[in-house]
Amino acid sequence: MRELIEIRKDEIIPDQTNALALQGICPGTRVSANILKLFDRGLEIFAKEARPVGMVAAISGNDFDFVYAGEGRNDTNTPVAEIFRKADHLALFAVTVGQTLHDKINELFVAKDFALGSMLDSVASVGVEKAADLLEIFFRDGLQREFGVDGNIAVMRYSPGYCGWHVSGQRKLFDYLKPEEVGITLRPSYLMEPLKSASGVIIAGSPEIHVFADTYACCSQCESHSCRQRISRLVNSTGASGSGGQPAAME
Amino acid sequence: MDLLKQIAMALQCGDSDGIGELLQQALDNKLAPKEILDRGLIAGMNVVGDRYKKHEIFLPEVLLAAKAMHMGMEKLKPLFLKDEVVARGRIVIGTVQGDIHDIGKNLVAIMLSGAGFEVIDLGKDVPPKKFIETAIEHNAKVIGMSALLTTTMPIMKKVVEGLKEKGLDGKIRTVIGGAPVSNEFAAQIGADGYGYDSVQAVDCIRKLISLS
Repeated sequence: MRELIEIRKDEIIPDQTNALALQGICPGTRVSANILKLFDRGLEIFAKEARPVGMVAAISGNDFDFVYAGEGRNDTNTPVAEIFRKADHLALFAVTVGQTLHDKINELFVAKDFALGSMLDSVASVGVEKAADLLEIFFRDGLQREFGVDGNIAVMRYSPGYCGWHVSGQRKLFDYLKPEEVGITLRPSYLMEPLKSASGVIIAGSPEIHVFADTYACCSQCESHSCRQRISRLVNSTGASGSGGQPAAME
Repeated sequence: MDLLKQIAMALQCGDSDGIGELLQQALDNKLAPKEILDRGLIAGMNVVGDRYKKHEIFLPEVLLAAKAMHMGMEKLKPLFLKDEVVARGRIVIGTVQGDIHDIGKNLVAIMLSGAGFEVIDLGKDVPPKKFIETAIEHNAKVIGMSALLTTTMPIMKKVVEGLKEKGLDGKIRTVIGGAPVSNEFAAQIGADGYGYDSVQAVDCIRKLISLS
């Protein structure tokens, strides 16, 4: 399976809570009318300028082993290395909300409209994550159609640059996936163009395989530990109990 | 309320439209541009920094104030006599190579400008060499580096080492910040300072160049 996926903008409308969280505002905090106005304006621009598109390509465990090794700069022990070896199915993915939106963000900063530029940046980041969520669903639905896997299969995505998977891993990922086809390219520094893009591997398998404790070496350097929330959601929805003791996962 | 207080207040509210009119009134009343800058714009920005530090306001409100600050500066700049307002120091700032997360860095840049520093913002994904070359070229006193990814933190060390190799440590200071970075990491790589947030970063830079 290797598919290009057109994503409708109305499927990935960024939500206020997550966009404001990226602005350092905790969920539930009362915010001023000025902030709400900025968020609404950000949404308007997103609706006008976003060009979401993505791709998903199935990959075998052996091939992913090669991709994951990247340039040999990963941490020795990582959650991803353990999880993918227990997976039933794997797919590489890449998704973007497009260059136009990125250009608009830059334009706002150049015009010194820092507040709207920054808000649009956050709105776009949430949009990218929502688009990546859709690719996970697309992959899961494809597995159900193609292999008849049951609804209990858990899919989660993991990206270079996080959880001990060195960002240089992008190179082999790009070589294999070729997301240039949907307009995503890689800079020499391993950053993607357009910047509002995401890439990585979607791992499908028993919910338990995604549960790990945040005790890896890379976890001690991680500030967000956002994996805890993702695994919490997984545990709550499936009752999974992995070897890690506590819920966890990642970007 | 006197005009300077109104200017400070307009800045705090992020009223970038109203600030131009108030500045014009202040100038019509023969107030010196330097006084308007110090007791109006910078005074207002200091309040914004303090309120942000106390979590009374949030990033978008700081950025709205920053836009008002910028508009105010654009109006005042042509009125300053040569060297009347010497920037408090030139700072080179950027998000390190391999990292695109720049909201925190932008905020530090804005707060530094608001505090009267001249900021050269290199943007994101900045190689070590670029930091050093720009700082030398522009005679900057401090290099500020930001990283959000643990995988890009080592770039900060390369800049610190690069300065040492050129015998510039102590002459060009380094300040680092970003989510995975800490005081301990700063000490470990030999950086001169660490800013937990934008306000602390500005304080740190002030101290480093003896302006506190």
